[in-house]
Amino acid sequence: MDSKHIQDVDAVTGISTTGHEWDGIKELNTPLPRWWLSLFYVTIVWSFGYWIVYPAWPLVSDATRGVIGYASRLTIKEDLAALTKQRAAQASGLTDATLEQIKSDPAMFRIAMAQGKAAFGDNCAACHGVGGGGAKGYPNLNDDDWLWGGSLDAIHTTLENGIRVAGNNDTRISQMPAFGRDGVLKRDEITAVASHVRGLAGLSQEPKADKALGAKLFQENCAACHGDGGKGNKELGAPNLTDAISLYGMDMASLTETIANSRNGVMPAWGQRLDPVTIKALTVYVHSLGGGQ
Amino acid sequence: MSATGYPIRQATTGEIAGILIAGASILPLIMIAALTTDPGYAFHVSLGVVAAAITIFLIANRCFSGQPGNPPQEIDGKPNYNMGPVKFGTVAAMFWGIAGFTVGLVIALQLAFPALNFDLPWTNFGRLRPLHTSAVIFAFGGNVLLATSFYVVQRTSRARLAGELAPWFVILGYNLFIVIAGTGYLLGITQGKEYAEPEWYADLWLTIVWVVYLLVFLLTLAKRKEPHIYVANWFYLGFILTIAVLHIGNNLNVPVSIFSPKSYVLWSGVQDAMFQWWYGHNAVGFFLTAGFLAIMYYFVPKRAERPVYSYRLSIIHFWALIFLYIWAGPHHLHYTALPDWAQTLGMTFSIMLWMPSWGGMINGLMTLSGAWDKLRTDPVLRMMVVSLAFYGMSTFEGPLMSIKAVNSLSHYTDWTIGHVHSGALGWVAYISFGAIYCLVPWLWNRKGLYSLKLVNWHFWVSTLGIVLYISAMWVSGIMQGLMWRAYTSLGFLEYSFIETVAAMKPYYVIRAMGGGLFLAGALIMVFNLWMTVRHGAESAPEAETQPKLQPQLVPAV
Repeated sequence: MDSKHIQDVDAVTGISTTGHEWDGIKELNTPLPRWWLSLFYVTIVWSFGYWIVYPAWPLVSDATRGVIGYASRLTIKEDLAALTKQRAAQASGLTDATLEQIKSDPAMFRIAMAQGKAAFGDNCAACHGVGGGGAKGYPNLNDDDWLWGGSLDAIHTTLENGIRVAGNNDTRISQMPAFGRDGVLKRDEITAVASHVRGLAGLSQEPKADKALGAKLFQENCAACHGDGGKGNKELGAPNLTDAISLYGMDMASLTETIANSRNGVMPAWGQRLDPVTIKALTVYVHSLGGGQ
Repeated sequence: MSATGYPIRQATTGEIAGILIAGASILPLIMIAALTTDPGYAFHVSLGVVAAAITIFLIANRCFSGQPGNPPQEIDGKPNYNMGPVKFGTVAAMFWGIAGFTVGLVIALQLAFPALNFDLPWTNFGRLRPLHTSAVIFAFGGNVLLATSFYVVQRTSRARLAGELAPWFVILGYNLFIVIAGTGYLLGITQGKEYAEPEWYADLWLTIVWVVYLLVFLLTLAKRKEPHIYVANWFYLGFILTIAVLHIGNNLNVPVSIFSPKSYVLWSGVQDAMFQWWYGHNAVGFFLTAGFLAIMYYFVPKRAERPVYSYRLSIIHFWALIFLYIWAGPHHLHYTALPDWAQTLGMTFSIMLWMPSWGGMINGLMTLSGAWDKLRTDPVLRMMVVSLAFYGMSTFEGPLMSIKAVNSLSHYTDWTIGHVHSGALGWVAYISFGAIYCLVPWLWNRKGLYSLKLVNWHFWVSTLGIVLYISAMWVSGIMQGLMWRAYTSLGFLEYSFIETVAAMKPYYVIRAMGGGLFLAGALIMVFNLWMTVRHGAESAPEAETQPKLQPQLVPAV
């Protein structure tokens, strides 16, 4: 096709084509849209400006620093310093105050609650829930049923040293035997004890279970820690079995599992991870969730 | 072509070489499979053995079935196009597309309902997520690019594809790579780099396939009958060449041993991160942008039957795009250990990239001037036009998000996911759907699609899906970013991380609904294409593929 001598003009737009054609496709010779070109130039000019102001181009052993002396590491250092300063001013009271003092002083209490809530959300909520409501195996912190005590000091000790933390002398520790796994009780004996425990909590008992055997075995194996009436013992972290609150469930299957294999849940020793003021704030926060004693 | 009546013909040099190479690889591969202690790796090497055996069978079959070894380049003065690999790529694209969209829907549902990972290692989010991204980007997108590039380069060069076995090697070898990559993720084989997860042996294989792809493309261009190279082919070439550089650059790994799937990258720390995002961002730039712009430059003017709006714009925006994109990677590493100067360059080059990106949108949209009325009657064209709108939107959003102040809010949030999907679903998938809707009747000689009404349904169902998806992610992403940075007046974080997760759940559900609609639309498409191929009326050869030439020629006054 001799396109050099005939100029093709598109009838719709009145613009000529480049004279080439590929598989039926032609191209118009439309000039660049003015607004498009202008905006392109604007972004280029803006970039040059930005390079002058901020660190931009690498040199042999350094880079251009920019005229305002910006450095992202500097910025974050300043931000962190400002935050630390604000918190330090607020926390200065908390450092020396006792837990009781923090609890009774409205200003300190407000700060402890704010700090405690933030620390709780990032460290505790994953297991205990955002509101401290707990889940199976993770105690509810809103009620007044405490395994290891609900006073300010008791909560503080638990937080600081954790539960069943190896190598920590002050950790909360107790170990219920795995009566089934260790061969202390047989299957039907476990059923009898489980049924008896349900009876202690005022729940219906398993009809097939031997009531007398259950009571006898409870007396022999469980009462030493959980008490004759199953009221529990906070010194040993032995739960009260007579209330409706249970960490692992009071149905026969859960109780059988608990008695046969034991549970022995753990919690980290937060004293190794968080600073003392944060532990204090957490103590006050947890204490105030509803069940503090 | 029936086998009966044809004598067994002499194999060509290429066929003999192919059989020899495949045959020679079998024994070493069996040895590796036998000696490795990694079952996943043994499985992959065994796949290689099977692939080599199939190669030998397929090549031998060509000789026995009487297919000509070197078909004529032209028949009756018309180019004898090689459309077999194009057909294969088109079918593979739809297959992987459905697979990739489905896995995407599954992981979207897992985020809302984590129990859906069924507590199995193979189906947990960490393994399915790369399966989704690779399936949609490399399997679906890659096959669309291979198929359309082989189609477009032939048609716009008026030349048969270079090589007879080579195009088949490219398309089949690429899909073998996809199978190795995908099964590897499920088996837990990964080098842990986003969008570059396949391990060293898969990378090596892809390198070979890709170099052959480049050669086929270049040699086809070299024997073109047109005096000039069409703009779509510049974009395809830019895409193929740069992906080769990126792929090799980001995968310079040293294998632990030839018997192990594990490898270690040559550099570490922030250099590795910088290399990774130089690669990652340009996978977006050259795979998902340049490659699909090439599709746009052929299929939009073809379907609209209008000339491309501006040749000059196509030149300027092509070179500007190519030059600027390659710098933009560091914007993925704002506020990290990456030096400030590199962050600045990444950000400013992203801003300068805005107009070059929009050049493609303008050229596509304005090509419709004089043909806007077709949007009412042709849902395929409408799909491609909407894809350009999404392209324009996400290439505005990208530079916006690269600004450090914006990025400090958006980074690591769902906003990024929303941004990616407005580009992926709106732009990449829609322009691909449009192209495939055009291609299938052309390739299988059909008068047209089985049902334009179903295309219309596909369009509206999936558009609704995209809108639900991206608006849910915008809201949840911005909310997430704001919650993360919220401080109380006392200087403590307002929300715990788990509270931000809980707050996003409703949006995760909406997102999954959007994904479900998008998948439903794609299934409608598959049905429509199936019916087109199986039951569509045959067209007279070349009738559909040669629309009346526009513009009308008028002599200059």
